[in-house]
This record gives sequence, C-alpha cells and structure tokens, in this order.
Amino acid sequence: MRPATTLLAKELRCYFVSPIVYVIAAVFLGLVGLLSYWAVVNASGQALRMMQISNTYAQINLNDLVFRPMFFSMNLVLMFVLPLLTMRTFAEERKLRTFELLLTSPIGINEIVSAKFLSVVVIYVILLILTGLIPLVLSAYVSFNWDPIWTGFLALLLQGAFMLAIGVLASAMTENQIIAAFLSFGIILLIWLLGLFATVLGDSTVGHLFAYLSFTEHYERLVRGLVSVKDIVYYLSGMAFMWFAAHQVIDAHRWK
Amino acid sequence: MIEVQHVTKRYGPLTAVQDISFSVAKGEIVGFLGPNGAGKTTTMRILTGYMPATDGSVRVADFDCHESPLEVKRRIGYLPEHPPLYLELTVREYLTFVGRMKGVRMEHVAKRMERVIEQTGLGEVKQRVIGHLSRGFRQRVGLAQALIHDPPVLILDEPTVGLDPNQIIEIRELIKGLAGSHTIILSTHILPEATALCERVIIIHRGQIVAIDTQEQLAARLRRSEQLRVTVKTTLPDMENRLQTVPGVIKVSQGESDNTYLIEAELGHDIREAVTGFVMTHQLGLLELAVVSMSLEDVFIQLTNQDESHANPGNEQARS
Repeated sequence: MRPATTLLAKELRCYFVSPIVYVIAAVFLGLVGLLSYWAVVNASGQALRMMQISNTYAQINLNDLVFRPMFFSMNLVLMFVLPLLTMRTFAEERKLRTFELLLTSPIGINEIVSAKFLSVVVIYVILLILTGLIPLVLSAYVSFNWDPIWTGFLALLLQGAFMLAIGVLASAMTENQIIAAFLSFGIILLIWLLGLFATVLGDSTVGHLFAYLSFTEHYERLVRGLVSVKDIVYYLSGMAFMWFAAHQVIDAHRWK
Repeated sequence: MIEVQHVTKRYGPLTAVQDISFSVAKGEIVGFLGPNGAGKTTTMRILTGYMPATDGSVRVADFDCHESPLEVKRRIGYLPEHPPLYLELTVREYLTFVGRMKGVRMEHVAKRMERVIEQTGLGEVKQRVIGHLSRGFRQRVGLAQALIHDPPVLILDEPTVGLDPNQIIEIRELIKGLAGSHTIILSTHILPEATALCERVIIIHRGQIVAIDTQEQLAARLRRSEQLRVTVKTTLPDMENRLQTVPGVIKVSQGESDNTYLIEAELGHDIREAVTGFVMTHQLGLLELAVVSMSLEDVFIQLTNQDESHANPGNEQARS
C-alpha cells in the first residue's frame, strides 16, 4: 500500500497549496452559514408568534425548525460545490501528462482510484467538521436533541462521498476540468431528478425503482434520524459502482 | 534485459507499430531513431507498461510486461516525451514523491534524491517550485525523476529536447556515464545524437523497424552519401561537367541558386581539397564549401530503396 498512501499525501498537499480548496471552502461554509442563520431567524420568528398567540413560553424544536432545513440546504449546496472539488482529480493529471507517471509506477489502477477518491473525501470531511460549529455554537444558547444531528452528519457524509465518487468518475472521463465538473453536476442532477419522477410516477414498479435509485428518499430518512442498513447499503453500493466505473474508464483509456 | 517479440499496436484502424522485434542486452545503450510519428513513443509506452500491446510479448528484466506489470514498472525509469511534472510542487517534494511512488524506502529517499540532484545538476533550483523553472531545468527534473529509484532499465523519450547546446552535452555525458550499469533505450530524431550516444541504433519508420545498425554501420551509411555544397562567385560555362572531372566526384547537380552546386563523392574519398583546388585554378572565387550531412529522411529513402533492390548485403536485418 505504500505508493497509494504516497499518492494520497501528494493529493492533499496539492489541494492545500492550490487556491481552489480555499475558494470552495469559503463558498461552501459561507452559504451554509448564511442558510442556517436564516433558519435560526425564521425559527425565532415562529417562536415569537407562538408566544404571542398562546401567551406562554413556547419550547421550540430546534431539530425541526433549524437543523433539518439546514441539512437539506447543505445537500443542495453540495450538489454545486463538490463537482468543483473533484474536477481536477484525473482531468488535471491527463492534461499535465503526469498520468503517464502514475501509470508507469508500480501501483495498480485500483489503488490510484482509491487514493484519488480518499483525498477528496478527506477534504470534504474537513469541511463537514467545520460546519459542525453551527450546532456547537447553538448548543451554547439552547438545548436540543443531538441524535438527529449525528445522523444528519452521517447522511451528509454518505451523500457527499457518493457525489465525490460520481465526480471522480466524471474526471476520469475527460482531460478538461470544466467538462468534468459539468458532467458530474449533470449526473448528480439526473439522480436527484429521478426522485422527482418517482413522486410523479407514484406507486408503480418504475416509480419504486426510481425512488430507490435517487438519493432523495435515502437522504431524507437519514436526516430524520432513521438509520437503516438499506440506506447505508444504497450509498456504499453507489460509491462502489462509481469506483468500478472509474477503474474501467482508466483501464480502457490505456488501450487507446 | 529487454526482449520485444512481434509487437503490434493498433489504435482502431490505425496501426502505430507493426510486428517489431528486437532485444537489448544488459548495460547496452540503444537508440530509437525515426522521424516524428514513426512509432518511437508508442513502442516506449508499451515497454514501460503504460499501454498494452495489441499483439506480441514484451519482457523486461525477465518479467513479462503483461503478466507482472508491477515488477516491470519497479525496474524501469521512464522519461516520457513531456516530462510528467507537478508544477505546484518544489523539485525536492516532487522527487521525494516519485521516489516513494516507485517504491524507494523512506530512509533511502533523501539520499537518492541528493544523488540525482547532483547527477542532473539541479542543486541550485532544488528548493524552487517546478512551475517557475525554465524548460531546460524541467527536462532535467524529468530525467532526475527517471533515475530516482536507480532502475536497471532506463527508457528516455527524447531526453535532450528543449535543452541548450551546453546542457545537451551535459545530459549526454550523464547518459553515457550511466551506461554499463544501466540498460538504456533512448529515442531521438537527431542523427548525430544517436551516433554520439548509442552502441546500437534501431531505425524505425512508419511503425516498422527499417534497420538495426551498430554505430559503425550507421556512420558508414552516412559517409556514403556525403555531399558537398559549393558556392562560387563566378561560374564557368558547362560547370557541371567540368566539376565531374574532379577525381572522386560521382555526380554534380545544380543547387538552390545558379552559382551553387551539389557534389556527391565516392565512398571514402574526401574531395574537399580537390574541389577547392579546382575552384582556385579557375579563379572562380570560393564563397562557400560545406559538407551536407545526410538528413534522417535521406537515410530512410536510402534504406527503403536498398530494400527494394536488395542491394545492401550488410543490411540483412532490414524489413520491407
């Protein structure tokens, strides 16, 4: 595994010396902060109205009013931001011809794909930990149930890692970073839209299939605090599929 | 050390390399000579395991490229056509990374790095970011990268491209110094480079091996076609026929301008003196006398012509 960990370390090093990660972090954290601020203001407004109506001290539910909307808006922000994080993984190596160095080193394609994927996951986890400040700060003022927050972050972790796996695949398909970003955004959007089609199709076989394939339903359940093996398996198998596809794309590229 | 047998590479309908076979002994320097697009890079990429061959087998250091690619890759240092550099890393960081990727142990990496930095003359720039280096230095970093794990086999795709004449000499000396302990294949489209560096030259054209020559054979081939270009101030009537009478001259033809003549000499005859003498006695005013060295294209024309007529018995390895 030595070359693979070396590659992972190099990836992280390159991320931290390039401005792109800082821009992505600033945009992501800025948007998430703004959206959760808005959710908090909204929640306090509702609490105030309830107090006026019932004239009693109302215990507002922060989990329902703040965190759940926050997790859903974060999901939306991720759809736009994560393709920008993954676009360079393979496309840049191809453009700079450094891919030739990787492929002529004693390291398997499976290790290359894994190292690339893990590097973006590490960056993403750092971003997630930083957003953890929001519940932490709020907990100083109000008390709330931490359990749905943990599952919410688990949902975000799985959802984000799935999107990153899609992005890595898209990046493996082209040497143009912009195309890679658009491609992964397109795939993510398509998977998301499947969930909308599913609600339109309703209780039919295709409807159920679409509902299963889309992440909407799985994500919702996890955010609500319902952790089931089924949903976790969905995300893990999705990632495994993208990993495998990226492996195949790179292997096929060597023949051309 | 390197055994290539009947290797063919097709890209869809295009055949880049067709049925080439050759072997390289341990410690030998072999040159791949051919014009751009001849299949040099493709062959090298197959040797390094970057891409698989469509057909045929390649063995490097007794390992099959297809069956045990990792073992082969561990033993090859490869400088591709475009040096594979991470522009945002410093030279040291980059070489450490490549060393670790190639399987150099952590405790040896620093030592190996200092050694290749010294070998390739990168001392003054080792702390600098590769993106800020000049083309010549980048090429040297590329070469350092190929040497970092002290591989027994070196595959260098046009190692001196983009370097200035002094650097070219330095790099050639370095490559020469590596011979013996390393088996080296290098590609070039510059004839003198092949003759200066390589013990054996594989001439490749349109994806096929046209000839495998030793240095002496190649030099003889080149001498055979030695041509002189003579420019005079005033010319004589019937100049071409008169020049023909100079001993050793085979053929005279008109050059680019009216007063320029191309003179072909017999093999082994240095006719420069005779031609100068001719010009002097007729007081024509010698403006230029130059040896026209044979271009690579000329070599190919010659080789393919010889193949057709089977005129050259010394060229038994050539293929049509």
